Formats: sequence, C-alpha cells, structure tokens
Amino acid sequence: MNVVVCVKRVPMTQEVDLEIDASKKDVSKDMLAYVLNEWDNYAVEEAIQIVEKFGGAVTAVTVGSEDDEEVLRRCLAMGAEKAIRVDPGDLSLDGFVISKILAEVIKGLEYDLVLTGVQADDDNYGIVGSMLAEHLGIARAAVVNHVDIEGDEANIKVELEGGVDEVLKIRFPALLSIQTGINEPRYVSIMGIRKAAKKELQVLPVTDLGLSEDDLSARTVVEEVFLPPETEGAEIIEGDAATVAEEILRIMKEKGVSV
Amino acid sequence: MGTIFVIAEHRQGELRDITFEMLFKANTLCKDLSHKLTAVVLGGDEALADEIKKWADTILLFEHERLKNFDGDLYKEVISGLIEEYEPFITLMGHTSWGMDFAPALAIKTGYPLATDCVDIQVEDGRPSVIRQIYSGKIFTKVSFRESKSYLITVRPGSFTPEEIGEQEGEIIKKELPSDLPEPSKEFIGFEEAGAGELDITQADLLVSIGRGVGEAENIEVVRELADLMGGVLSCSRPIVDKNWLPKYHQVGTSGKSVKPKVYLAFGISGAFQHVAGISGAGTVIAVNKDPKAPIFRVADYGVVDDLFNVVDALKEKLK
Repeated sequence: MNVVVCVKRVPMTQEVDLEIDASKKDVSKDMLAYVLNEWDNYAVEEAIQIVEKFGGAVTAVTVGSEDDEEVLRRCLAMGAEKAIRVDPGDLSLDGFVISKILAEVIKGLEYDLVLTGVQADDDNYGIVGSMLAEHLGIARAAVVNHVDIEGDEANIKVELEGGVDEVLKIRFPALLSIQTGINEPRYVSIMGIRKAAKKELQVLPVTDLGLSEDDLSARTVVEEVFLPPETEGAEIIEGDAATVAEEILRIMKEKGVSV
Repeated sequence: MGTIFVIAEHRQGELRDITFEMLFKANTLCKDLSHKLTAVVLGGDEALADEIKKWADTILLFEHERLKNFDGDLYKEVISGLIEEYEPFITLMGHTSWGMDFAPALAIKTGYPLATDCVDIQVEDGRPSVIRQIYSGKIFTKVSFRESKSYLITVRPGSFTPEEIGEQEGEIIKKELPSDLPEPSKEFIGFEEAGAGELDITQADLLVSIGRGVGEAENIEVVRELADLMGGVLSCSRPIVDKNWLPKYHQVGTSGKSVKPKVYLAFGISGAFQHVAGISGAGTVIAVNKDPKAPIFRVADYGVVDDLFNVVDALKEKLK
C-alpha cells in the first residue's frame, strides 16, 4: 500500500497580534513561527499508520520554497520514506495552481491512496484535495475522520455537520482529505529530524513539470486583506482576578444561574 | 437576463439551513442584478421542492434512487451539465462537508473559477468578488476571480440570516438524469450519531467550557472542579476532543452539539466559527482568553483578557 501525502507549512497565528503588511494583500510574516499545517499532521500520521500495518511506503509532497523543507523533514522523521518539494519560483499560487502542480508530480508516482488535510490553517479554502482527485481521475472523500482498510477498499467515515458521520465504502485508488482528531500524531524529536536528514528529499523546479501557462495561472486573486470590521463585541471586565471573579458571579446571578 | 443557481443541500428528507441562507443571499443578488433565481434539488421529492418555491423563480428537481443520499460524483456530473445548459452567472453551494467534496471537483470539470468558505458576496461592474476570513478569523480578505463566463462560490454556513421575502410561486421543473451516469465510486452504508454518550450538554443551564488554551490534559481537572463547584456541566471546543482529552459528547460546535445554556463560560476558547455556530443559542457568553484579538471576544457578551487559570482560581476562592 503506497500512500502519497500532501503537506503545507503555515504560520502559527494563535495568540499572535497580526499586522497587515505594506502590500495590504497579506499579513506581515517576519515575526511568525511556522509549523506543519495541523490537518496535514493528522494526514501524515494516518499515512504512516497505514503503511506500518499493510506495508508499502509514504511519500510526502509540498509546493513551496526552501524554508518549507522543514515540514518535509518532519514528515521524514515521522516515518515517510521519501519527500518531494516542488519549487514554484515566483508563481502566484492559489489552490487551483497547487492542485495542478501536485497532480503532475503524483501522476509519476505509484500510489493506492493520496491523503491531504481537510484545509490549511492559513487561508482555509479546503479545495486542494478534491481538485487533485479530479485531476487524477480517482475516487475522493472530503472531511474523513475514520479509515478502515480491507484489501483494495476502505470503510471510511465522513464528518458531517450536526454531530453525524456518514459511513461509506470507497475503492482504491482514492484521495481522502483528513480531519483533525482521526488519530494521535506521533511526537517528533529534534534527534528524529536529524536522523531523517539522510532520507531522500527531491527538489523539482515547477518548470520541469511541463505544465502550461494556463495550468499555472491562478483562478482567484486576493484584492486586499483587512482587520475584522469593528463590532460592539464583548464588554471587557477589568480589574484583578478577584474583582473579575466577583463580577462574573454577579452577572451569572443576574442571568438566572445561581451558584 | 441571467440566472443565479443555488444548489440545495438536504439530508434524510430535510433541507439544511444553509440552503435557505444561500437562497436568501441569492435572492438579494438577483434583485440587484435583475437575474432569475434557479434552485437545483438533486434527490428529494416534490414536497422538498415545494419548501423552496417562495424563494426561487425556478426549481430544477431530479428525483432518482441514486440521489436519495448525497453522491459527489453525480452532483458534479449533473450540475456541470446544468451549468452548460443554463449558463448561470454564479452558482452557490454550501461550504459543508458535502460542498467541500463536490465543489472543487466541479470547478475542475467545468473550468470555472471557485472561491470557497465565503461570508459575503458582492457584484461590481458585472464581476463578483467575495469576502472570506483567513488565519482563523483574525483577518478578512476580499478575493476576486479570473474573468469568466460563470463563477462558483461556496458559502460558509451561518453567514446570512434569511428574512421573510415576498411570496412568489417558483415553477418546479422535473428533470431526468442523463443516461450515461458514471459507476458509483463509493457505496453509502449509513449515518451514525458521532457524539452519543452519557452526558447531554444541550440541557445544561450553565456550561463551563474549555479550549486549546487549557494547555495540558491535567489542567482539565482544575476547570472540572470549578464546573462541579458551580453546579455546571463541563464542555469543550474541538481541539480538546481531537487530542482525546475529553469524549466527543462534551464538544460544542458544528461537528458537536448546538447548546443553549443561560450562561456559557468560555475558558481559553479562541472562537473558530465552527465553535461559535454552536453557541448562538446561549443566553450570555462570558469569555476568558489571554489573546485580546481572539475572535471569541467578537461574539461574547463579556470578556476577560487574562490567563484562564487566574480567573478559575479566583472563582473557586470566592465559591469556597
């Protein structure tokens, strides 16, 4: 069972004060730390658990600059056998272009299963997986939170809204976009990443892929980014913790919850 | 005169709320642009189409055994055929699990540009643009499309609140599925309740809820003690369940439970839209988070910018 997993490196933006950059088309990223996209982390773990059980190999693929190799190294340390980075140069990338590039790379690989995260934590489009499946002409399922493989098919669960799962059977080759919580991603130590440095990390310039100008032209364009419009928002309770606690209890009582 | 398509979403014989939210927005757009609204119902029956009548000029209804449950391959095939036939200016779909399955594939099949997870749609000089949220809702963005004959948009659930509109009687047109349907690539087995358990958080008057900010699994007990002291029920946001720190039946949000307590205490919850959608029925929301820019403060009634444990400890102190 060979599994290809597509990953992205994203900035960490929780508990960070984001500022709009001079172009007004993105946030200023100089001070941000980067990580493997959370959804992709679960997808990589799922891929590795599958090959640990059924044999085969995991190949991790990303589209990005040299800095993005750090997430591929992480994938290698987690247990991927091989990693591929496609260098897009200064192309303007949207989900469509990324899906085209990934498809071109993956067509040349042997695979039974392609996994992606449901979405990336930065721009949240959630489109690459399903577009990629369509380019490859294979079966697909989005927002998968359970995979149980039997031979050349799998019983899967798709997470629907309202706390309901849809149970499906899907035949390989297939693409699944993986939801968080499907497994417990393994811990990766710095030592592990160092050890994995010997594994193969292939770099492909996008120009080597033979894609047309149309294939590489974005379908969507960011016109501007801006801070959320001011709303009334929460009334902020000020003061030390004891004062705050007293005020919270007073509000609760007023709203009919006595403690 | 152009047309705007709305792809209805329904499950187990019922239209989902997102369908009416899209119909409402499409209705506004149609009025501004003098377009006709065409709703597309794949599967379902005439009774289901009747519910949409007052919103749409035309309802295209496909009744077929294979469409009884959602089938992304058929959606892609049938809708791409309809787009070719009717040439809609815009096609609206839900940014739901099912929408995320078929909309991107439809974009590839038709060659038309797609923007997903949109919270607003504008049309200027005959070109649509959309408003989206990025970086977990901390930043908004305006996105336009490469020029095209037709545009595809998925709409974030809860972005539009349907208001009563003038009664109209849309015409239901029954359509037949094309004869050369692809073989199904997936087999539907059934639906399963994901969050079944011994605790029902939907009935609680007071929910003491925790999110990623709680930091470590051990810290959950600290907040659970507070919930017990207050006579409230412990609940949580998605990351806590993803990490297996609490069972799924504690989870509030679109993939968990929608709750309606009198008071909702949110400790260390950043306020992703999936979570916020689950607390729209809450009476009063009090949020404690050390990030003053956390989106939860945009929807909470009261906010405290502090480490949650300072506040939890102070509350316990007062209650003892």
